[in-house]
This record gives sequence, C-alpha cells and structure tokens, in this order.
Amino acid sequence: MSGTAMRLRGLVRKETKQILRDPSAILIAFLLPVVLLVVNGFGLSLDARDMRIAVVIEAPEETARGLLQAIDASPYLAAQPAPDFPAAEAALTAGRVRGILTVREDFVPRLRRDGAARGQAALAVNATDPNSARLLEGYVSGALSAWLVGEARERRRLPSGGIELAVRDWFNPELRSTAFIVPGVIAMVMTMTGTLLTALIVAREWERGTMEAMLASPAHMAELIAAKLACYFVLGMLSMAMAMALAVTVFDVPFRGSLGALGAAAALFLVFALGLGLFISTLARNQFVASQLAFLTTMMPAMMLSGMLFDIAAMPRWLQLVTFLAPARYLVSILQTLFLAGDIWPVLLPNLAGLGAAALAAIGLTLLVTRRRLD
Amino acid sequence: MLRRVLALVRKELAGLWKDPKTRMVLLIPPLIQVFLFAYAATYDVVHAPLAIWNEDAGAESAELVRRFDFSPAFRVIAAVQSPGQARALLDAKTAAAVLHLPQDFSADLLAHRTAQVQLLVDARRSNTALMLQGYAATIVATYAAERSGGRGQVTLQTRDWFNPTLESTWFILPGLVCVLSFMMALLVAALSLARERELGTFEQLLVTPLRPIEIMIGKAIPGVVVGMVDATLVTAAALLWFRLPFRGDPLLLGLMLVLYGLGGVGIGLVLSCLAKTQQQAMLGVFVVAAPLIVLSGFAAPIENMPKLVELLSRADPVRYMLVIARGLFLQDLPVAVVLAQAWPMALIALITLGGATVTVRRAVG
Repeated sequence: MSGTAMRLRGLVRKETKQILRDPSAILIAFLLPVVLLVVNGFGLSLDARDMRIAVVIEAPEETARGLLQAIDASPYLAAQPAPDFPAAEAALTAGRVRGILTVREDFVPRLRRDGAARGQAALAVNATDPNSARLLEGYVSGALSAWLVGEARERRRLPSGGIELAVRDWFNPELRSTAFIVPGVIAMVMTMTGTLLTALIVAREWERGTMEAMLASPAHMAELIAAKLACYFVLGMLSMAMAMALAVTVFDVPFRGSLGALGAAAALFLVFALGLGLFISTLARNQFVASQLAFLTTMMPAMMLSGMLFDIAAMPRWLQLVTFLAPARYLVSILQTLFLAGDIWPVLLPNLAGLGAAALAAIGLTLLVTRRRLD
Repeated sequence: MLRRVLALVRKELAGLWKDPKTRMVLLIPPLIQVFLFAYAATYDVVHAPLAIWNEDAGAESAELVRRFDFSPAFRVIAAVQSPGQARALLDAKTAAAVLHLPQDFSADLLAHRTAQVQLLVDARRSNTALMLQGYAATIVATYAAERSGGRGQVTLQTRDWFNPTLESTWFILPGLVCVLSFMMALLVAALSLARERELGTFEQLLVTPLRPIEIMIGKAIPGVVVGMVDATLVTAAALLWFRLPFRGDPLLLGLMLVLYGLGGVGIGLVLSCLAKTQQQAMLGVFVVAAPLIVLSGFAAPIENMPKLVELLSRADPVRYMLVIARGLFLQDLPVAVVLAQAWPMALIALITLGGATVTVRRAVG
C-alpha cells in the first residue's frame, strides 16, 4: 500500500510539472471554455425580436394605420409597409422579410357586419426555418387580437362570452432562451475541455513512446491512469468553476440549486470526459486520428443530442434511446434544473446515476484497451 | 507548375486515403451524424404532457379540456386538485404545463361574461414554452369563437412557403451539408502543415522546386476535395433518404461549395501556419470551429444575436453558405441573392489563403 501511495505521489508530481510546463493544457482548460462560453452564450439565442414582416394593406387608411401600430407595438415584430403583393413577395424570396401580412379591402366591413361574418387576414411565411415560422404566426395572430380588442373597446362593443387565457411562465418568467441555453453550453464546453485535455495530451505521449516507457516502470497501469486523471481532474474542476461564474455574472442566469449537487455532477462528468479522452487516445495511437475522434465525439453530439438546444422529448423514440449514450444529456438536464429550478431530486438522481455509469464505462474501457495494447 | 502541384495533391490525397483509420474517420462519421442530427434537430412540440386542474363541474370546462387532449400539441396525463400538486408535476418535468379552470368557468360562459383560464407553463425551455402558449391560445380562441358564432373575430390564414408542412429536417439538412463538410475540410487543412512541421518534413517540402504558392495550392486542394465528398454524401442522404426537394440549380450549389471549401481550408491553413505542433493546430480548430458553427445561424437565427456578435458572424463563411444551401434546396433562391453571399466567401478564402502563403514564403526567406 505504501508503495502505491509513494508511486502515486511521484506520478502526480510528475504530471503536475508537465502540465505547468506545457501551455496547451492551460490553454485548453482556461482559454477554450471562455471563448466557447462567451461566443455560444451570446450567439445562440432563440429570442426573436423585431422579425421583419411586409404588410400589404388594401383597407382604408385609418384601419391601416391602426394595424401597423398594433404590429409595431409587438416587441417581436417590425412592420414594413409594402405597396403591393409582388413587391412584398420579392422581399420574402430574397430573405429581407420573414413574412407577408395581407389585409383585404373588405376587412373591416366584414368584421362589423352582423351574423357569422368575420374579418380575414392572410399571412405568408418564409418557412425555410420552421421554428421562426411558427413563432411568427403566433406573434402576428397575437398582434391582430390586440388590435381587435383595442378596436372593440373604442367602439364600446366588447365581444361577449369570450375566454381570457392568462399564462404564467414558471422558472423563467421572461422566457429568455439564454437561461436554458447557457447551462447547456457549459455542458458542451466541459465535454470538449475534459475530453481534449486527455485525448490530445496522452495521444502525443503514445505517439512519442513516452507512455510505453512509463508502463515499463514499476508503476501499475491503474496507478498511472489514476495519477493522470487526478491532475487533469483538478484542472477541469477549476475550469468548470470558472464557466459557472461566467454564466451567473456575464449571462445573468440565476442559480437556484446547491453547490454540493453541482459539485457532484461536475466531478462525475469530468471523470467521464477525461476517461473518454484517455480511451480515444489509447485507441487511436496517433494524434491525427485521436483529434478527429475527439472532435467528432464531443462538439456536435454535445450540441445536438444533449437537449441543450433541442428537446429530447420531441425526438423520435429510437433517437431518444441513442441520446442515453451521450452523457452530456445527463449534465444538461442537471444544470438546467440546478440553474433554473433548484435541487429537484427526482430529476437530479437519475441523471447523476447516468453520469456515474458513464464515468465507470469510460474508465473501464480505457483499462481494457490499455491492457490489450500492451499484449 | 501544374505538374508539380498535381504531384503534391496526389501525394496528399494518398496520405489521407492510405491509412484505413484516417479514411474511416473522413467518411463514416459524417454519414452517421447526418442521420442522428437530422432527426434530433427539431424545435417541434408534440404531445406535451399536460396536467388539468379543473375546479369547475360544468360541461363547458369539460369540453375545453377535451379540445386540449385532442390537439396534437398536448396530451392530458393527470388531473390535480391543488396548486401544490401542480407545482410538483412541473418541478419534476412530469408535466410541461398545467391548465387551470376556476370554479365559475362554465357559469361565466353561460352568463356571457368573460371566463378566465390559466395556463402554468414550465418555461425552463423558453422556446417550448412559447410554442405551448401559442397552441393553447389558439385552442381557447377557437372554442370562444365557436361559442360566439364567430362574430367580431379575426381569422388569420397562414400559408407556409417553401416548407408547407414545417418539416424540421428540411431546415436542418441543408445546414448539415454546410457544417459537416466544413468541419472535415477545416480539420484536414489544419493538421496538414502542422503535421509536416512536427515531423520535420516541412523543411523537406521547402527545399523541393515547389514555390510557396504551389505548396499552398497543393495543400488546399485535398481539403476542398474532402469537403466536397462529404457535402455530396450528405446531399445524397438528404435527397434520397429524407426526400428533400431541390429547387435550385445543382451546378450553382457545387460551384458555391468549392468557393466555400476554399474558405474553410484557408482558415485551417492559417491555423496550421500559426501552430508549431499538431496539438496546437487541433486546439486552434476546437477554438474556432464551435463559434463558426454557432454564429452561422445553423441552430439559432442570426437576427436574434446582439449587434456585436452579428458583426462578428460576417467573417464566418458558414453563414453565407447556409443562406445559399437553404435557398437552393427549398426555394430556388434568385441568382442575385446567391452572388451577394458569394463575394464575402470569396473574400474570406482570398484573405486566409493569401495569409497562409505569405507565412510559408517567410519561412523560405
């Protein structure tokens, strides 16, 4: 036992010196997260503001003015009056406006006529981006309703027997997408940082043969891996803490959970990510393939399959099962809950278990592959 | 000159193709990613779990609940009796929303007073929350309009152009054509010079009769080729498997992809020139790739970005290619609009490739 402890201490000292001497480890741990967090945090926003729509109004001027005002009053819309439909259509095709609202001449007469008549307006949407298209439809329909209510009030004829829908948005009352995207970005950044720390650096050791040299020393393989993990673990945790601080200060995301739960999740996740990096570098043997594998297994899966942007519940069933293999999903779920809701254990516990399993799998696979390489 | 460049290109491509591991890494992952990501990238909301908190015993509230349950957006999963129960379901994400109908809902409706309903939404995922609000508002408004016989109501008829059924795969696949091919081109280019430098073969390259510009062309072409091959694979998957339309000119898309590939390769070669080792080059790729993809509008619209970030995105070739690819797949984008996107890409390619060449020339001098 004392032999193990002594060897471990020596190995840790060696790794620490190596990290301090090599600028890439520091760059990966501190520069990469800052750049990624800042750019992605500001760049990924689903909050539409001032979506431009062309408005073609054939109705009389008074109505037209009222409608334009109602549309401009919406923070989500910016109206651009268009002379006729062909002009508006050209703007839509070229991507200068997102939609065209057409209001016909008989809009108001039909609206005011008694009986079952109703006013009609038409909206053409550039649906190349279906999400924005859906949001736009909602906003335009909201603006029309607002106009209608104002109109009715002016004419002292409130529609009778209506239903008023009051919406309360929990956890994120201002509906800022940043509040759920930034915790997700942290998960993405940590996946990349953690995996890269070990993947790139250890791949170089394999390529240069220093790994074999170390394995020939009295140190056991498990000790070697433990020492490497321990050092990069400290570095990774520091980097994680920095990312959290940035999220709360720069992006103004509330943090409602406990630091203990956060620490546990971060630690488990880091062991997984570092383990994955070790696994990749051992498997690949050379830096070119290792870096490509690290690139492919971290960035895009962490962005697309983790629930950071796209709701996993909306994916096809088979793909939902696949996402269980992307451990970023557990971290995203935990972080979104800790930041916005608090320590909700029914959400946290299964995800922590998932992270634990992923960490064990990554370390286990690495040990297995390393042993096979040496035979 | 042509012969020398061709020889270098052949050598580079052979280097990529010879090693089975490298070959696999260049072809298989893009294909796997297309299928995973095309199905993953959806902002759709279907069958969101809805809990009902109904304090009203009338037929009218039951009818409204029935309408929610029958709509494609919601499915009713539970009935709750108290705000505490509602809160617990929302907390644990068991329910995405809770519909609350107060005691006098039916009575109000029957008496022609304005009835109140309340929707509590889990807004952690703000986009989903917005969608759910929109669907709920439509259901409620339709019901109210039917009860009042439609008087004094406005109907909005929406037509969705270019993607009438709002398929999210139609949106994401042209994006994947750009992103996946870009990453591969960038990666190949970034590691090429750095590897030569690390292995010491860069000096050997410099003492050959090849001039710096020839070295650059020779190093750039393989990256463009890899990018084009991957773009073709993804396009084939999009057209054959996902049945996307292609309404523009395929030749125009091909030409633009070459221009775009040159830009991606240019960025890669600049990184490669700045790096002394493969590891540093790789680190550079990681630092630039994610921002280039995020800022391009691939996942979230550019219009939503803060002004400063939007300005930054103008240096991003992916941004321009995305407009072209989406436009040519879905809507036969006018050539003038394509060209307006083409010149910034050409400028990016020119600057980056020129910069890399100058660096190599300096290494010779």
